[in-house]
Amino acid sequence: MTEDRKNDSVVECHGMGCKDILDKLSEYIDGELDPKICQDLEHHMKDCNPCLLFINSLKKTITLYKYASAEPLPKEVHLRLHEYLKKECKGC
Amino acid sequence: MDLKDQALIDKINAGDFQAFEALVNRYESKVYRLAMRMLRHQQDAEDALQESFLQVYRGLKSFEGRSNFSTWLFRLATNVCLMKIRHRGTEPTGMVPLEDFLPQHEEGNQPSLQEWPEKPEEILLTKESREKMMEALDQLPADYRAVFVLRDIEGFSNAEAGEALGISVAAVKSRLHRARIALRGMLAEYFEKGKFGTPVLSEN
Repeated sequence: MTEDRKNDSVVECHGMGCKDILDKLSEYIDGELDPKICQDLEHHMKDCNPCLLFINSLKKTITLYKYASAEPLPKEVHLRLHEYLKKECKGC
Repeated sequence: MDLKDQALIDKINAGDFQAFEALVNRYESKVYRLAMRMLRHQQDAEDALQESFLQVYRGLKSFEGRSNFSTWLFRLATNVCLMKIRHRGTEPTGMVPLEDFLPQHEEGNQPSLQEWPEKPEEILLTKESREKMMEALDQLPADYRAVFVLRDIEGFSNAEAGEALGISVAAVKSRLHRARIALRGMLAEYFEKGKFGTPVLSEN
């Protein structure tokens, strides 16, 4: 038995193994998944705590980067940009 | 008055420099944020910001409006960033296998995973946490980072990100998925074990 098959057999339920789930997670999060597959995936997660925790942490990863990227443009960078463009665009 | 992008562009093409400044004001924060996320270096990001808007000014006459102005702008700005990255020559070039970022099954058992902290804002109050996140973003190959930044940070659709990067929607989806899995994997140990520490509220 290969390592992969051994891993699949550990957590397979409702016709979807953890590896199948993994491939679909982004589409699931983005609401792009076929409703039937979506249902199978949610069914799987009811019985598979690692997959549930995995998807929760994947969602949090996305949320964290959204929050972390909300810093404003520094005032001096704004001023230098406008100075630069005034100077450089004159010759355009 | 909040003119639409195209109305501003028409004025700019008629020689109105103030209209150009208004257009820059509208998008400069977003372009700077993109550049900071892509380049992770303040001076390089500022250079990319300036270069991008100069290219916009020079290219506006040939902008035909077949795509949104913002998509065109981000395509241009992303290319400026990617050029800078290629010149550095120090970036990771290939994506490591996805399996490297997945929880490992050991001895036939299910992998042990733990909940991440409930409130993202608590994590982000620590400078160290932000630094960890940006370091992880830095580990992604630039092509993957660009997709993640446009889709998940800037909120582009798959089609818009594909147009901005000159790749297919299928490629956007594939790179985005791999980027997300990789970032989660790189941050997992830190957040699962609560190493992000106690939020610091004192600075502001």
